[in-house]
Amino acid sequence: MNIVIASGKGGTGKTMVSVNLAWSISQSYNVHLIDCDAEEPNVHLFFPGERSEQPVTAEVPEVDSEKCTLCGACGEFCRFGAISVLTKSVMIQPHLCHSCGGCQLACPVDAITEVPRKIGMIRQSSPSPSLTVISGILDEGEIAAPEVIKTAKKAGEWDGISVWDGPPGTACPVIETMDGADVCILVTESTPSGLADLKRAASLAKTLGIPRGIVINRSDGEDGPTLAFCKEENIPVIMMIPFDREIAAIHNRGAILSAEKKEWKEKFIQLYEDAIAIAGGNA
Amino acid sequence: MSNTDKRRVLTMKVCITSKGDSPESAAENRFGRTPFFVIYDDETGKVIETINNASVNDASGVGPKVVQMLVSKGVNVVITGQVGGNANQGLLTAGIPAYAFGEAETVAEAYAAYKAGTLTRIV
Repeated sequence: MNIVIASGKGGTGKTMVSVNLAWSISQSYNVHLIDCDAEEPNVHLFFPGERSEQPVTAEVPEVDSEKCTLCGACGEFCRFGAISVLTKSVMIQPHLCHSCGGCQLACPVDAITEVPRKIGMIRQSSPSPSLTVISGILDEGEIAAPEVIKTAKKAGEWDGISVWDGPPGTACPVIETMDGADVCILVTESTPSGLADLKRAASLAKTLGIPRGIVINRSDGEDGPTLAFCKEENIPVIMMIPFDREIAAIHNRGAILSAEKKEWKEKFIQLYEDAIAIAGGNA
Repeated sequence: MSNTDKRRVLTMKVCITSKGDSPESAAENRFGRTPFFVIYDDETGKVIETINNASVNDASGVGPKVVQMLVSKGVNVVITGQVGGNANQGLLTAGIPAYAFGEAETVAEAYAAYKAGTLTRIV
């Protein structure tokens, strides 16, 4: 059972929901919590302690200047300007490379090989025997977030329950995160931008064929337009988190709401059960 | 070296980024995303080619792609407004100096200022 958390808009509470959901499930079942927000991973802040790290690499071209005839085929092929054939040499700008391998195929004299280059890392910890936390962390200035996300998901792949905390937005990193999910929980807030971005994320999940449920966070009771959208799209609202000073204070000091408030542990277990129901199956 | 090769080595080509396809067009500030390149033969001072920039709408890596294209055209000097980091690396590696056209408004004015030696070298 893979549950992905998305939102469109940043700052709506994806990590808050992911952390509380995974922690609550872990009181009864084994669970893997994967932080797929590789550009701004924050899940680990809620689980301090010992962790292991391993690098994530991407393949980039290397040119054998003995074999290279400076014919230009690789540079003409590359859409990203990562490899350019100049007067006397081939220039490679690895930070522009998308690791597609096309330059290697385009080279008529087999002068190009692929070599690994570090673009990020995977950090893994076990805050409790039933909870494994894996974070995908993209190095600053790098572009290949999907590669790091894919590696993080692969590291946590299993037959049990996984919670994938997604990045904001609706582009490649989010699509990579959603890939393979059984259900998508969309966390929103009842603001004009929260709703506008929710519509985009909901549309993306629909396009990918992932059943959806909605959590309205920081609800001040004035959720009319958001509720109308959910009704129109036939997406169930499976949790309301009120705009509450105490909840905010607990979260803001890096604590887990469900661990401090029994009623919230129960609500997040209910959220898990509702998510399973939306996915149309059993855990 | 044959005579043809000698002639190619001796011909200096000066490329100016341009908003249009003639020497009377306004000079373009951007390097990689310029709409046109106007190329002068520096021996005769005549425009020998204008190039419609095929990379203008590409998502990324435009600078290095344009440098590769200019190298394939045998360009020796670039005159433009400013050059980004990736293009800068490309021009340096290719050994093509770049000058800022500064106050010049049209392509022809930029070329005249280059000939007068008043332009600032930026790469």
